[in-house]
Amino acid sequence: MNERLLDIWVYLSASPLAGLTLTLVAYQAGLWLFERCGRTPLVNPVLIAVMLIIATLKTLRIDYQTYFDGAQFVHFLLGPATVALAVPLYNQFHQVRRSAPAMLAALLVGSLTAAGSAVALGWLFGASERTLLSLAPKSVTTPIAMGIAEQLGGLPSLTAVLVILTGIVGATLGSSVLNLIRVTDWRARGFGMGVAAHGIGTARALQVNETAGAFSGLAMGLNGLATAVLLPVLLRLFS
Amino acid sequence: MLGSITILLVCQLVGEVTARVLTLPVPGPVLGMLLLFLGLLVRGGVPRSMTDTAGGLLRNLSLLFVPAGVGVVAHLSRLADEALPIAAALIGSTLLSIAVTAWVMAALLRRAGRNGEPRA
Repeated sequence: MNERLLDIWVYLSASPLAGLTLTLVAYQAGLWLFERCGRTPLVNPVLIAVMLIIATLKTLRIDYQTYFDGAQFVHFLLGPATVALAVPLYNQFHQVRRSAPAMLAALLVGSLTAAGSAVALGWLFGASERTLLSLAPKSVTTPIAMGIAEQLGGLPSLTAVLVILTGIVGATLGSSVLNLIRVTDWRARGFGMGVAAHGIGTARALQVNETAGAFSGLAMGLNGLATAVLLPVLLRLFS
Repeated sequence: MLGSITILLVCQLVGEVTARVLTLPVPGPVLGMLLLFLGLLVRGGVPRSMTDTAGGLLRNLSLLFVPAGVGVVAHLSRLADEALPIAAALIGSTLLSIAVTAWVMAALLRRAGRNGEPRA
């Protein structure tokens, strides 16, 4: 019997099935909880799924690499999903074109605030230099952020994690902040989410309003570009 | 549906190759998004199957971040050692940037609205 179990274990750890299924089941659990709590942004499905998966991996003593070998099929879909953002962007194009000047100004201010305030706050509270450099591109979508961190001398894999955490913070608390400062325009709300909280912020914006989603997706792309160009230049000026 | 998935992948692939060949600081998928957008402009509309496929992917967009998020396990010790500065930077900076960006944009949109209809 024990040998049978071992055989099954060997099969499961070699196949992507287990990691993939675990990811989907954990996310469904996160969604279920999100629905149960009245779709409040405070219950974030990504955060719940991540915590459930980590608990499972720790309990079964599976390392991250083994898990990721299976889950990478979900991870891979980030690429096509980014391309798919062209559809809401196209549907909202007349609005986007009309607000182009406001968008560019907000992008510049937002991009500098996102990187500058992250480094300033981290430094104020005593973060190490490595961590500071990994924090700087935290508001940018994962692949660009990792590239920037590497170029600056940070840790790309740490940056990937900080980027996701940033997205979760933005998605859970962003709406409350926007209500607090009384911004009601869907274009501005979406754009703020996209600049500061990239794809996870965009996922949240899409849940609420298509216009907000389109502006958020666009903001994510634009901020990736702006940060990639501005950050290395700024760092050279300050160091 | 298969056709739209193929189009998404082709756009991404062309984007990835272009970004690498021209060593652009933009990731391939973002270029792919631009390419698909231009394609939709030329075609003058979104085909039904593309609406469904893109909608399906985007409705579950946050699921796609889960595998990378689990990567937090590899950095737990650093996160614990520097918990305060990291938390302060992530929460403070993210909320500040959302507020500043949205506020600037809303203010400029209001001003543009007051100066009559903007030139389209």
